[in-house]
Amino acid sequence: MPEKIKISCARPISISGEIKEEGHEEKETKKEGRKMVLIGRKAPDFTAPAYYKGEFVNVKLSDYQGKWVLLCFYPGDFTFV
Amino acid sequence: MSVDSVFVHKMWNDNELSKMVEGGVPFPMLSDAAGKIGSIYGVYDEEAGVDVRGRFIIDPDGIIQAYEVLTPPVGRNVEEALRQIQAYQFVREKEGEEVTPSGWTPGKKTLRPGPDLVGNVWKHWKVDFAFEKK
Repeated sequence: MPEKIKISCARPISISGEIKEEGHEEKETKKEGRKMVLIGRKAPDFTAPAYYKGEFVNVKLSDYQGKWVLLCFYPGDFTFV
Repeated sequence: MSVDSVFVHKMWNDNELSKMVEGGVPFPMLSDAAGKIGSIYGVYDEEAGVDVRGRFIIDPDGIIQAYEVLTPPVGRNVEEALRQIQAYQFVREKEGEEVTPSGWTPGKKTLRPGPDLVGNVWKHWKVDFAFEKK
């Protein structure tokens, strides 16, 4: 029987079967090397599709040059918080 | 911005968020497929496959002035984000002549850095100021 999922603010994710392989630990350390952008430096430019006032549009960060931008990331739609 | 598609953004806005905010979300809801942008900004959690709660203040020159990153179960404080933007707008306008001490909100005491202020902040600013509501 499928196991019931406990719902929290994180999206339920898939878990793959545990595969033991050589060099696995090395991969883990690479993941930890994730780097945060630095304050006081240029925000990396990007273009992303967006939903805005009933339309689907492309949003380019550098088009907002001259304005203050509050860029917010969040774990997922419908995740409560 | 989240890893959801723009179609899911539309459904979330139209079916839920528009019931909390009149007219729906007033700003663009961006889609970050596979967390590509989140990875560049350092907020993509590869294991969970989502962008965590990262918030960046970017000034008119495109410079990142501040960020805050939270794990999923705790929501942001919008008032604090707005306070920080107001503070950054203030110091930008003053071109470094005045700076905003802890807990500053518009109208509260600022400081003028310079040789005379070294070791003398206590004469101009009290810890209580940080907690006062203006």
